Amino acid sequence: MEFIAEIFLIAIGAALINNFVLYYFVGICPFIGVSKEVETAIGMGFAVTFVMVIASFISWSITTFILIPGAPISSFVAGFFLTPEKAASIDLTILSYIVYIFAIASSVQFVEMFVKKSYPLLYRSFGVFLPLITTNCAILFACLTIMSNVAGIDNPENAWGLSKAITLALFGGMGFTLAIVIMSGIREELNFADVPEPFKGAAITLIIAGILAMAFMGFTGVDSGIRRLLL
Amino acid sequence: MAELPTPTERFLQGILPENPVYRQLLGLCPTLAVTNNMKSAVTMAAAVAFVLFCANIIISLIRDLLKPHLRIVIFTLTIATFVTIVDKFLAAYVYSMSKELGPYIPLIIVNCIIICRCEVCASKQNVVAAASDAVGQSLGFALALFSIAGVREILGTGAFFELQILPSSWPNWIIMVLPPGAFFTLGLLLGLVNWLSNRSGKKAT
Repeated sequence: MEFIAEIFLIAIGAALINNFVLYYFVGICPFIGVSKEVETAIGMGFAVTFVMVIASFISWSITTFILIPGAPISSFVAGFFLTPEKAASIDLTILSYIVYIFAIASSVQFVEMFVKKSYPLLYRSFGVFLPLITTNCAILFACLTIMSNVAGIDNPENAWGLSKAITLALFGGMGFTLAIVIMSGIREELNFADVPEPFKGAAITLIIAGILAMAFMGFTGVDSGIRRLLL
Repeated sequence: MAELPTPTERFLQGILPENPVYRQLLGLCPTLAVTNNMKSAVTMAAAVAFVLFCANIIISLIRDLLKPHLRIVIFTLTIATFVTIVDKFLAAYVYSMSKELGPYIPLIIVNCIIICRCEVCASKQNVVAAASDAVGQSLGFALALFSIAGVREILGTGAFFELQILPSSWPNWIIMVLPPGAFFTLGLLLGLVNWLSNRSGKKAT
């Protein structure tokens, strides 16, 4: 029961309370750039969610099995050259940023090839967005959040398992989709509004995003209520 | 092929005519996230300046070796290396600041300003041009960060660099230091910059 409650809290937190776009400001570039039509916004949202889940899976595995001190693979390999105590204390987390960016870039490439080959229809609908996702900070942000909950924490028993990592990525991506779809809906209506000349384009979009962020602030504190109810 | 700008032109363009934030709308994530007070804005601007400068120089030095289809990977790996250096440096010397900026330091890796400068300038021109371009763009970025952080800190807490400047009767606009304030400030300043540049453009013609 406690486990399900924790998963639920992570999901609500990632999607609504601490929305990636409107609270942490990651993924602003597609949020401003690709939110002119609802249809493309949905495509972008799903593409980001898809890649985010895959990249989180890869980066969680790499962090847990290779990077952190005492990780199985690195201590096994180092065991050939070093004493067991020394091998268990090898800390490779300094390499984490380089490894993550490599994991993201290659998973984007892989997803692109896979979708192109197996689902040509899907590829046509979000193919153009896939290469853009490599430089989307939301993906790297999800990987970093997962890493901060796996490496360098005091009690190893509290480290996140795979299910929590995937939940964060899935619902973080859905929160991104929600924000970008709401935004594109508003911007479609904005075509009929009389916006002052200097504010056309990005400026008015940012101000609307501010109002949206205010609306999402209304979710603050929902998590502590749920925690009281469930735990 | 069009003539590439000289080092001095690159330097001057970065500050205002091609300001990364206000004109090119690049690197918006850190611009919005770390501008709730001046101190973190200064740290962020310095970190980005260091990474941009080093990455531009390295890319410019190896530009003849770059293969077209691999160049983006090389850019990101170079940037990631320097970002790791900055991150460890901050964690060692200004730990509180490194805690406060949290994930936004590693997020410099995917900051579009740096990749864009590597692509547009460093991979095509020599070291002098790349270095002056990096300095110009960093100044432009710093200018944008400081303008937003200044407005937000003064209106949100009545202070500038944690120094009280507004009278204590000033009701702090808490919303300005919260996430929505970042969007409002950048939106309004962007509108202002557009309005000013439209006006001066009309006068010139």
